[in-house]
Amino acid sequence: MLTGKRTWLFETKPVIISTGVIGGPFEQKGAIPEDFDAFYEDQWFGEDSYEKAQKVLFENACETSMQKAGMTKDDIQFVFAGDLLNQITSTSFACRKINIPFFGLFSACATSMEGLALAAFILNSNGADKVMTGSASHYGAVEKTFRYPNDYGAQKPPTSQRTATAAGAAILSKTGAGPAITSATIGKVVDEGLKDPFNMGGAMAPAAVDTIEAHLQDRNLPPDYYDLIVTGDLARIGRNIALELFEKKGLEVQENQFMDCGILLYKKDQQVMAGASGSGCSAAVTYGHLLNRMKRGELNRILVVATGALLSPLTFQQQESIPCIAHAVSIEMQGGISS
Amino acid sequence: MDQNQQNKEQQKREYQQIAAKHEEKRPIGINCLKAFIIGGLVCTFGQAVQNFYMYFFDFTEKTAGDPTVATLIFIAILLTGFGVYRRFGQFAGAGSAVPVTGFANSMASAAIEFRTEGLVLGTGSNMFKLAGSVIVFGTVAAFVIALVRTLLGM
Repeated sequence: MLTGKRTWLFETKPVIISTGVIGGPFEQKGAIPEDFDAFYEDQWFGEDSYEKAQKVLFENACETSMQKAGMTKDDIQFVFAGDLLNQITSTSFACRKINIPFFGLFSACATSMEGLALAAFILNSNGADKVMTGSASHYGAVEKTFRYPNDYGAQKPPTSQRTATAAGAAILSKTGAGPAITSATIGKVVDEGLKDPFNMGGAMAPAAVDTIEAHLQDRNLPPDYYDLIVTGDLARIGRNIALELFEKKGLEVQENQFMDCGILLYKKDQQVMAGASGSGCSAAVTYGHLLNRMKRGELNRILVVATGALLSPLTFQQQESIPCIAHAVSIEMQGGISS
Repeated sequence: MDQNQQNKEQQKREYQQIAAKHEEKRPIGINCLKAFIIGGLVCTFGQAVQNFYMYFFDFTEKTAGDPTVATLIFIAILLTGFGVYRRFGQFAGAGSAVPVTGFANSMASAAIEFRTEGLVLGTGSNMFKLAGSVIVFGTVAAFVIALVRTLLGM
């Protein structure tokens, strides 16, 4: 249970028994298409608005994860999920169809790991047998909410990030085979006064470093305990800043041991400036790419640190700085459990 | 300000220095050059359109202005609808924003974007979302200039 100041240890080690990972057309051309279960061929997904498309994206990820596990909604007790749009409507509307008791969450792009942490906590304290968690983001819907109209020809700076059209859902179980959730560290809201919404990585890096430092302290672990510490999504700029902050704090996180979902998702020649972002990005990359690498035996222990910029278009216009948060969840392969 | 708050401010300043060091700046030199060349090409194309109207139709240099602007606006809106203009804008920057085509793109993109909220509450009320401030401040500036001119003429 609670260890240190803000870390939960999960003694029962809840297991991720199934995942559903869906992407859009631009992600299909990305760096890790083999780690997705399915793709949509265009941005609209056959819907008449981007918001509905984002809802369908999440529905599809949840349904895929249930299908792969051979389960129906009746086998799962709770859903922990959220997204980036106002009042998290896409997620709530998706859960109207999925019809499983639902906790709506918002931590911007850190929602994915907030959901995973809470799901593991509920299982660990006997609150359920099976829980689903996940998040989705849609490029068109998020651009429309936070930036300019999609077809407006504004020039984006090199520090900007592209919202991924992606969704990741995972089903956790008290028992079963698969990668296990061993601990989670809950983030504080950190604000170092940055105001540029086209440099989210720069704003979020201190939150990520703060949570990683707290996690290692609380669990009394050296950084090299983890094969990989993965943030989502600091992208290129934020990752470089985080590496410098580690050095300043004397945390020995090596460069090759520190990755970012926003860098992993796209190819270098895709025009995404600093990298990917969006609550669906860390969910899809974690539940797809990273878990696959764990199952293949390439990684044994990872710490996923999802980072969220807690701004709204309104607070930006009122010239407020950008408060950020990061939640960390450790995922470990158990000896012999792997199927 | 108490000590705690001062430390916090100091820490923020230090961090902002680190962040500024890693921030990739916009390539202003290249952006200006691209804007200059592409913007110039757009205007050259406009000039060609104007000459076309003057040569093939019964327009004078003065009367050819309106159909020329209408043609450029039409092309910009068409390219916006095909999803091409945003790519053009990313490349050309101010070169695509400053000519009349940029204004057309700002209106057309908002009109298309908010079509999903209906013709009245969506397209109608959001069409000037970006272009509105240009019109407001254009009008204010014109008023001030007219005022100055009138006062000077008295």
